[in-house]
Amino acid sequence: MFKNRFSKQLFSSFRDLLPILVVVLVFQVLVIQQPVPDALRLLAGAFCVVIGLTLFVLGLEQSLFPLGESMANAFARKGSLFWLLLFAFCLGFSAAIAEPGLIAISEEAAKIASQGHILADTDADRSRYALGLRLTVATAIGFAVLLGAVKIIRGWPAYGLVLSSYLAIALFTPFVPAYIVGIAYDAGGIATSTITVPLVTALGVGLSSSIKGRNPITDGFGLIAFAALLPIIFVMFYGLLR
Amino acid sequence: MTAWLSHFGQSLLATCIGVLPIAAIIIGFQLAVIRRPLARPKQILIGMIFVLFGIAFFLEGLDMALFPLGKLMASQLTTPDILKLAYGQAAVWQDYYWLYLFAASLGFASTLAEPSLIAVAQKTERLSGGAIHALGLRLAIAFGVAIGIALGTFKIITGTPLYFYIIAGYAVVALQTWFAPKAIIGLAYDAGGITTSTVTVPLVTAMGLGLAGGIPGRNPLTDGFGLISFAILFPAITVLAYAQIAAGLSKLRTSSKA
Repeated sequence: MFKNRFSKQLFSSFRDLLPILVVVLVFQVLVIQQPVPDALRLLAGAFCVVIGLTLFVLGLEQSLFPLGESMANAFARKGSLFWLLLFAFCLGFSAAIAEPGLIAISEEAAKIASQGHILADTDADRSRYALGLRLTVATAIGFAVLLGAVKIIRGWPAYGLVLSSYLAIALFTPFVPAYIVGIAYDAGGIATSTITVPLVTALGVGLSSSIKGRNPITDGFGLIAFAALLPIIFVMFYGLLR
Repeated sequence: MTAWLSHFGQSLLATCIGVLPIAAIIIGFQLAVIRRPLARPKQILIGMIFVLFGIAFFLEGLDMALFPLGKLMASQLTTPDILKLAYGQAAVWQDYYWLYLFAASLGFASTLAEPSLIAVAQKTERLSGGAIHALGLRLAIAFGVAIGIALGTFKIITGTPLYFYIIAGYAVVALQTWFAPKAIIGLAYDAGGITTSTVTVPLVTAMGLGLAGGIPGRNPLTDGFGLISFAILFPAITVLAYAQIAAGLSKLRTSSKA
């Protein structure tokens, strides 16, 4: 049974990767009109991606999805708001703080900031700036997941919170130094990645299916949107205060 | 082969370190607060090992094949040869049409390969009892990312301010929210955040920084970032539109039957 599912998933992973290969090859051959450099490497890399995708999707169904849902369930049954909210915050914070994409981008941002003479050109200054950025984003995501949990418990619709964050961002942006705006706008998307997304989704779905009167489709989603929006506000503050 | 193995080992290690804080939080809360044994711990452990190896293989493969090629191609598409410029002629934004097309296709294709989105879309299909189709959802999001990245490329080439686009886009989302079926709104807002993940983020960020460095008059510091926020915003618009169209079609069908 498992073998069958594995080969089925292997095939659909291949199908999912195919568009990228087609885009790259078509542009390389027809537009740029150069031979594909290192075709063997490309093939080997594509093979790795297909294997990785297959393992990830199969593993997720066995681990993070049921884990997140069962924990959300347990907290809902326990009925302690304090522990649930603390858990939500810690989950968001810890998922973001170690996110490889966020680490890479904050180092990149620090490098660019010091080239632009916004930072002193020393390694210590750069790593302090990068760490500050990471902590800011992780705190924002912690609050986002917390807010998402409150939203599900109260049954608030997602659009009230999301649209008022939009408004806050729109009003706030003109007062922030230009160099931080791009990074701020990107930070949330960068930090909500491979592990965060399934775990937070599972938390939202699990919580909304174990609370009476909530529907997992209508109420369970919206947490990732907060996690993409709140870092914008937090990072803009970081840019202002620094 | 040994060099590859040690490189793979490093990716695996980096992935494990990335997961460590979350694992600590989950285990800590499980032991200290919930105080009940996990259901099927062996299955979860094996699944987790699958996830870790999956991410490591995935990143390794992207590093080997797609990222270097994607970066190379984005820079090749800004050369005077491709832009068909005479010597010394300055490019205007219309000259970059191949680049827009490349950005859009790459955004579309990378969204379809995004692992978290595949998993969440499958889950949504099951939760909705098939009312939301996994592939339809992914295609709607992929269209959004394609439009977003192409527009983001235009923004870098013209050097226009980021927040102008984003605020206009948010206004569209706000307007659509008014008319869209209520059940889809949370999912539509989440779409962009879900999809900006393992493939899209590094590919798109590298492209943005490369473009801002390569196009005359642009500065990576102020122009290079921001592409991701386009990729977050536009899927919300396309998913809301998809839901509205689907709702409209089904209304049409029922009224023609009656």
